Amino acid sequence: MSDQTTDELRAEIRDWMASNLTGRFEVLRHRGNAGDGDALPDLRKEWERVLAGSRWTCPGWPHEWGGRGLSVAEQIVFQEEYSRAGGPGRMGHIGEGLVGPTLIAFGTQEQKERFLPGICSGTEFWCQGYSEPSAGSDLGNIRTRARQDPATGDWLVSGQKVWTSLAHLSDWIFVLARCEEGSVGRNGLIFLLMQLDQPGIEVQPIRQIGGGAEFNSVFFDGARASAANVVGKPGEGWKVAMALLSFERGISTLGQQMGFAQELELVCEIARENGAAKRPDLRQRIARAWTGLRAMRYLAMRVLSDDPSGETMRETLGYKYHWSNWHRDLGKLAMDVLGRDANVISDDPRHERLRQLFLFSRSDTIYGGSNEIQLNIIAEQGLGMPREPRGSLF
Amino acid sequence: MDLVLSDDQKMIREEATRLLAERSTSERVREVVEAAQGVDAELWATIAGELGWCAMAIPEAFGGLGLGMTEQVLLMEAVGRRLAALPLWSTSCMAAPLIAAVGGDTAKAELLGRIAGGEAATVAWDIFAVDPLAHIGFDARASGDGYVIEGRAAQVSDLLAAAIVLVPAQLDGGLALFALPAGTGNSALLPTLDGTRQIGELTLDPVALPASARVDAAGFDAADADAAIASAMLGLAAEQIGAACGVMDVTLDYIASRVQFGRTIASFQAIKHRCARLEVDFSEARSLVYGAAAGFDATSPAERGMEIAAARALAGDLLYRASEEAIQLHGGVGFTWEYDPHLYFKRAQAASCLLGATHAHLGLIADALLGAEEAR
Ligand SMILES: Cc1cc2nc3c(=O)[nH]c(=O)nc-3n(C[C@H](O)[C@H](O)[C@H](O)COP(=O)(O)OP(=O)(O)OC[C@H]3O[C@@H](n4cnc5c(N)ncnc54)[C@H](O)[C@@H]3O)c2cc1C
Repeated sequence: MSDQTTDELRAEIRDWMASNLTGRFEVLRHRGNAGDGDALPDLRKEWERVLAGSRWTCPGWPHEWGGRGLSVAEQIVFQEEYSRAGGPGRMGHIGEGLVGPTLIAFGTQEQKERFLPGICSGTEFWCQGYSEPSAGSDLGNIRTRARQDPATGDWLVSGQKVWTSLAHLSDWIFVLARCEEGSVGRNGLIFLLMQLDQPGIEVQPIRQIGGGAEFNSVFFDGARASAANVVGKPGEGWKVAMALLSFERGISTLGQQMGFAQELELVCEIARENGAAKRPDLRQRIARAWTGLRAMRYLAMRVLSDDPSGETMRETLGYKYHWSNWHRDLGKLAMDVLGRDANVISDDPRHERLRQLFLFSRSDTIYGGSNEIQLNIIAEQGLGMPREPRGSLF
Repeated sequence: MDLVLSDDQKMIREEATRLLAERSTSERVREVVEAAQGVDAELWATIAGELGWCAMAIPEAFGGLGLGMTEQVLLMEAVGRRLAALPLWSTSCMAAPLIAAVGGDTAKAELLGRIAGGEAATVAWDIFAVDPLAHIGFDARASGDGYVIEGRAAQVSDLLAAAIVLVPAQLDGGLALFALPAGTGNSALLPTLDGTRQIGELTLDPVALPASARVDAAGFDAADADAAIASAMLGLAAEQIGAACGVMDVTLDYIASRVQFGRTIASFQAIKHRCARLEVDFSEARSLVYGAAAGFDATSPAERGMEIAAARALAGDLLYRASEEAIQLHGGVGFTWEYDPHLYFKRAQAASCLLGATHAHLGLIADALLGAEEAR
């Protein structure tokens, strides 16, 4: 990705980050990424508005909705430079990366006008209400119910969502709920946009492995979604829900890799300092990590190249499995390089970053389709192997 | 950098894949193994003589087509997939790039022209080392109008198949490259584990060579030959991912039809997951090979060296795992001579240590990341 226009863009973003991620925003560097999502939330929301002020939110969206209409290659440049500069995890990520593209593709004109500006300006934040206690990997098993209020046409929602990242810091939630009595699986679902701050919704943070609470339970008891806030047709929510997920596996991966590269560099730096770099076993594992990261880069470039012949389709199915396991292994490698220093909490922020990496990376192989689900998908869709039989327990 | 294959590149790959599926069948590979020569001479005559595969990467000025590393990698992948016993790796990935890197003008014109025309070639260097020029087994000295050269290379790929045998030798404290005239020295064919790559032992005890046998421009060192070593490693990695793809195809076919417990064994999740993990490793290794090939000329030698070592490490491990899984997932028939997994399994082992085993490749990368001296 280096031709003249992208080089100029790269320089522009680099300068912008250098002159804006300073002063009181300095503390945000490298914070707020997956697993650390509840770090410094107010300041990170302010940071979103600084980004928005220079139109660096939603750069891949079309101009008409406040974006810059950047090409894939240009968006990659943005992601890379943002991460290189240590740009904090984006509070607006779910709005920008998931809700926006979904509304642009499936939303009504009214919905676009109502919601896209809030996302672009960094003033309205979103969270994702898919998982439920009985619907994890088996997302089709959703039980949260939506019943239409005959008087207003609004939808009244009851049930529970769980593992909802950033719900306690968000303004809106999109909810997949069952709107047809007696329907099962992927049929009879509805995709709703709901305001969190209303009677009938209660958000309870869940403390996680690293001690913080980035995700939550969200309880619904007759909460209201206005009739205007149904995306797609009632009963066809699954289609919208899946389309939304397809936007997720996109451009941000290359920015994410830039973060991975920094983490690996940090591991190398500490290994050189504390003598771990002399240990043959750790040297081999560090070299393997480098190898995996380089493979990931080329794999991502092939994934994103969108070869019209679709010949890379089969291989791209493995991308999530690859990066998530790579990252999880890096977490363990980081601990082994730290050795005894991993065990005690010190003021060295680098050590703390690696400890958190170790803990947070355990989630990488669970959310967004767990390892086992990824392998099922690769085997079935990529290799044409038989589908898993469905059981009959509920 | 664009990692999407062009239509021409896809066509090259499709043609090569189609031809080899037809000509390097399981039966044919078994004939080659039984004949114990390690080379399918008829097939070589077709692909090198008639179809000009060796001409692809050779510059147009020397009678070639001037295509790049990507095309080379695609051919090697197709060759590996069918375990085709061809001296293509020795010729196109080792000998030709070595001549291109260090050869003098006359030698380039002559030797590259012959290779482009379909003559096989090889290099008698240390084929088991990540740095095959570090421990050269030959010493040369000037003598009269020519040279006297002496030494031994224990295992040379495609030695007897090669019309052009390149011998790097120590000369006056540096390296010189000689092309042995036909019939020079003693070449012995060695029986091999896998039977699909010819290996020979070359002994020069000592022999006199005319001045014209010396083909380097004016002495060279390992760094001058970097592109040739890189090309040999990448070519081998491509061959390995090709073979991995071949053996995975064999396995997927078998498990889709074998029925136990009233269902195909492919429907068991334990088996699906093992195949899926191989598929992930495959995409990873292949992406690295394609990426390294696409950037071959633009990447700095240091970074290219790391990338290619990485590709070689992943590809070697992948092929071994894919072929051992093939045996396991075939059950009893996987242990027979009749079924194909053993052909790939033997190739996997035999290739795993060529140009260094995995730990040596990872060692190169670690040296670059952490400093070499730290290890001592
Ligand atoms: C940090 C984090 C953030 C999250 N954020 C959100 C969010 O914002 N919004 C949201 O909706 N959800 C979120 N999730 C939820 C996430 O999507 C689910 O955890 C995930 O889908 C797995 O579901 P589960 O937890 O119910 O596990 P289960 O589905 O119960 O899985 C348990 C184990 O069983 C295995 N398993 C399940 N089915 C199969 C099968 N068919 N074959 C083989 N093995 C199987 C799984 O792989 C796993 O190892 C988040 C999760 C985490 C960890």
